[in-house]
Amino acid sequence: MPLPAEFADLEPYAGWALATEPERYAKRLESSMEEMQAFYDAAFPRLEDAIAYIDRHPWDDLPEDARTLMHLMQGLIMVSFPVEVWKQPRVPDSGAAYLDLIVEPVV
Amino acid sequence: MPHFPKPAAGSWTEHYSELGTAPVDYNDSIDPAHYEAEREAIFKRTWLNVGRVESVPKVGSYFTKELAVADTSLIIVRGKDKQIRAFHNVCRHRGNKLVWNDYPGEEVKGTCRQFTCKYHAWRYDLAGELTFIQQEEEFFDVDKADYGLKSVRCEIWEGFIFVNLDPDAAPLAEYLGEMAKGLEGYPFHEMTEVYSYRAEVGSNWKLFIDAFAEFYHAPVLHQKQAVKDEADKLLGYGYEALHYKLDGPHSMISSWGGMSPPKDPKMVKPIERVLRSGLFGPWDRPDIDGLDDLPPSLNPARHKAWGSDSFVFFPNFMLLIWAPGWYLTYHYWPTAVDRHIFEASLYFVPPKNARERLGHELAGVTFKEYALQDANTLEATQTMLKGRAVTEFPLNDQEILLRHLHKIARDHVKENSDAAAR
Repeated sequence: MPLPAEFADLEPYAGWALATEPERYAKRLESSMEEMQAFYDAAFPRLEDAIAYIDRHPWDDLPEDARTLMHLMQGLIMVSFPVEVWKQPRVPDSGAAYLDLIVEPVV
Repeated sequence: MPHFPKPAAGSWTEHYSELGTAPVDYNDSIDPAHYEAEREAIFKRTWLNVGRVESVPKVGSYFTKELAVADTSLIIVRGKDKQIRAFHNVCRHRGNKLVWNDYPGEEVKGTCRQFTCKYHAWRYDLAGELTFIQQEEEFFDVDKADYGLKSVRCEIWEGFIFVNLDPDAAPLAEYLGEMAKGLEGYPFHEMTEVYSYRAEVGSNWKLFIDAFAEFYHAPVLHQKQAVKDEADKLLGYGYEALHYKLDGPHSMISSWGGMSPPKDPKMVKPIERVLRSGLFGPWDRPDIDGLDDLPPSLNPARHKAWGSDSFVFFPNFMLLIWAPGWYLTYHYWPTAVDRHIFEASLYFVPPKNARERLGHELAGVTFKEYALQDANTLEATQTMLKGRAVTEFPLNDQEILLRHLHKIARDHVKENSDAAAR
């Protein structure tokens, strides 16, 4: 499902519009810092606009394009730690540790 | 010079003088015989939290809970009378595991009208009564009334479902004691949006409780997570709790509020400033009743800067309640002396819009970043403890809950072996 027309500038990053945390986390681990930085630089300035767009619709009945935009902003949150803090995809000092998300309220 | 007052005895640890102040022997976390004794003395005799009532919302809603530590699997189910019951997950015919999907060792959940054994189609109703025997006439004097599912004690406290494998255990409310009573009335039932995480961790179960029952480590282990100036400042201050309380086998630590909201937005990362959320949860309280007049066990120091309270309900259930109106649970399910399954769940009031939902998302993502760092230290600790090059460790006053946990666990083992010897 494409993004809303007024967010067409984010279409190159639509691959980050993933519905579940395990998908988003896997994409983070397989992405380079350059890819995540580019996505962040494009999407972060649009975060407030995206929230405003989605919140023009009833939360319990989002149209598909707003839902896609929501998933994209969840992707932005997923890359925020690597970009803003770690400068690497993985959590530093986390070694072989893992923590699987098993229940989430999928939008 | 402490930033927050300590008891007249001079320290929290000395205030609870039964704890002593000597270094603590961590043999209890590596000795296989001690672990076997803990299984009998602790996990087969104490009340264990297995989830929330919201996870079995309707008649016939059920889930299974694997309890490797007690060599059993349980079925938790809501009956026609709305009662929640627990049963051993075993068919009375010939011991087949009753409820499972593709893999018998994996936990499952769902809704059903009755339980039917995959092996010979014996059927049980939601109250555990045996209702059907395939080719019943082939059996010898078998009365269905004698072959219901084997039940397990199951009681509810504030919507938390507890089980106890000891039929003679004291009632749950008595076991949880005064500190839990002082939490009653908190609006747990409003916080039904759940994010759950799970990992298998290569350490003794007590070591991960240790990691989350003190915040002495936080400014050090997690220093890269804050912006640089803030991390340096936190490291300079170190960590001091507002308050500690021990109540029988249970305990709690009360902490200041930190970053929710931060004093200066520059202290936190850009995305936190936009979404007004972070490790300490959303900065803005949800619009529900029950968050203004907190029950007496919360913020016991009645401090203005209160941020969160962490309760350790012995043996393996932690409950963290955050000032901005959400909570977290941790469970540690032993599978061996040096392994356990760790579960964490974040509970929020369901969001009304994208802004609130994204705030929850950021809190969940941030929680995972921290927990991965916490989890990763444990396997190394376990390995080094096992080497026994060093066996005793000098716990400080901010680690009083660890000293208490290990003492209570050792006391349970000793009482049980003393009783067996009599």
